[in-house]
Amino acid sequence: MEANIAIPTDGKDTWSGGGQKPLGASYGKMMMWFFIVSDALTFSGFLAAYGLTRFKFIDSWPIADEVFTHFPGLHGVHAPMYYVALMTFILIISSVTMVLAVDAGHQMKQKRVAWYMFATIIFGIIFIGSQAWEWKNFINGTYGAVKTTDGRLLQFVKDGHQIALSDIVVGERTDGRIQHERENGLWFEKEEAIASYSIAQIQEAYKSNSDVLIRSELIDPATKQKIILSREEGMAQLAKTKMVVEGANLEVNEYGNTIFADFFFFITGFHGFHVLSGIIINIIIFFNVVLGTYERRGHYEMVEKVGLYWHFVDLVWVFVFTFFYLV
Amino acid sequence: MAHAHESNTKRIWVVLVLLTVITTVEVVLGIIKPASLHLTSILGTSPLNWIFIILTLVKAYYITWAFMHMEAEHKWLRRSVVWTSVFLICYLLTLLLIEGSYLHSVLAPLVKW
Repeated sequence: MEANIAIPTDGKDTWSGGGQKPLGASYGKMMMWFFIVSDALTFSGFLAAYGLTRFKFIDSWPIADEVFTHFPGLHGVHAPMYYVALMTFILIISSVTMVLAVDAGHQMKQKRVAWYMFATIIFGIIFIGSQAWEWKNFINGTYGAVKTTDGRLLQFVKDGHQIALSDIVVGERTDGRIQHERENGLWFEKEEAIASYSIAQIQEAYKSNSDVLIRSELIDPATKQKIILSREEGMAQLAKTKMVVEGANLEVNEYGNTIFADFFFFITGFHGFHVLSGIIINIIIFFNVVLGTYERRGHYEMVEKVGLYWHFVDLVWVFVFTFFYLV
Repeated sequence: MAHAHESNTKRIWVVLVLLTVITTVEVVLGIIKPASLHLTSILGTSPLNWIFIILTLVKAYYITWAFMHMEAEHKWLRRSVVWTSVFLICYLLTLLLIEGSYLHSVLAPLVKW
């Protein structure tokens, strides 16, 4: 009979879901595992949708090396991948301090658990700060590009390297168009940021710089590089310019396919949200450790459970890193 | 759990070194992109991509087994978590990637560059 009925507890075990331990795991730990399964499926849904979209636009997808090229302190240096590798490493280190906290918890060493939890929180904050920096660079953009009436994005290259609009256009915006703010009274609302240069200025600059070429979005399958147009072709494409694009948002981005930026924001944003909640949960558990809650409870299983969540966040990043930045 | 009170720190450091080495290899390959691996193709994508995917799965294995202590869990807890997610993820990926290729084959001829 006993196996089939809930065993009344004395109230102490409420948090652990009673004394039953199916599959040798406590209620909380098992539920954390099943939550992780469902969350893993959510992330797979995102990444699989990214895969679908990438396959759909396989001949014109942005090349990650050319998008994520910044490293703090190295201005104008082309440093693909280094920063995201550093971020990955930070997250792995935070995973290690977390697992050390769990390990110390098994040995009931309160102080060590607290210190390792603290380190995990710090690394988590560093990671999320790095992600914010990455977002900032992505949103602000580096080079700028133009979009044509048939939705193509054109970038500018010189000697095989991408160059910024400011490298070819001389001076300020000349068509007298200024940013409308609430203060200058042209509209009640401020408008979206306008580009630094007008379309005519860019077309003029292209004409007068004979060594500047235009790069299309299309990838050459033989070299896996974007196809660079001849001067004449570039001129014809540039004549169709509809807007000047600087940076990235959900509607348009200077890196290529708009949906690339959408997936970047959604996937890394959703992951960043997990990191943020992980940090908050870690902070709560850290205070519980410091206050001796688990010392009194007699075990540090809560640390183990948040540890599972934290490692899962790291696990997801391993996949995001591969499929967004490497493959 | 038999391991409950002994320390596993040595294994943790070994796994850290492994993960670091794998990540470094990935990044180095990602920066150099050797032409022989990058511009050739086996089984639908470049060997370089296969290397990245396999190394990622190796990392995922170590994170789950060593850091999340999956190796110490009850056999059927492990199976209910791992088999379920591996099956569903493979299923989803297969369907969506096939669909993506189909969309490309239908749409790409209509796009004029």
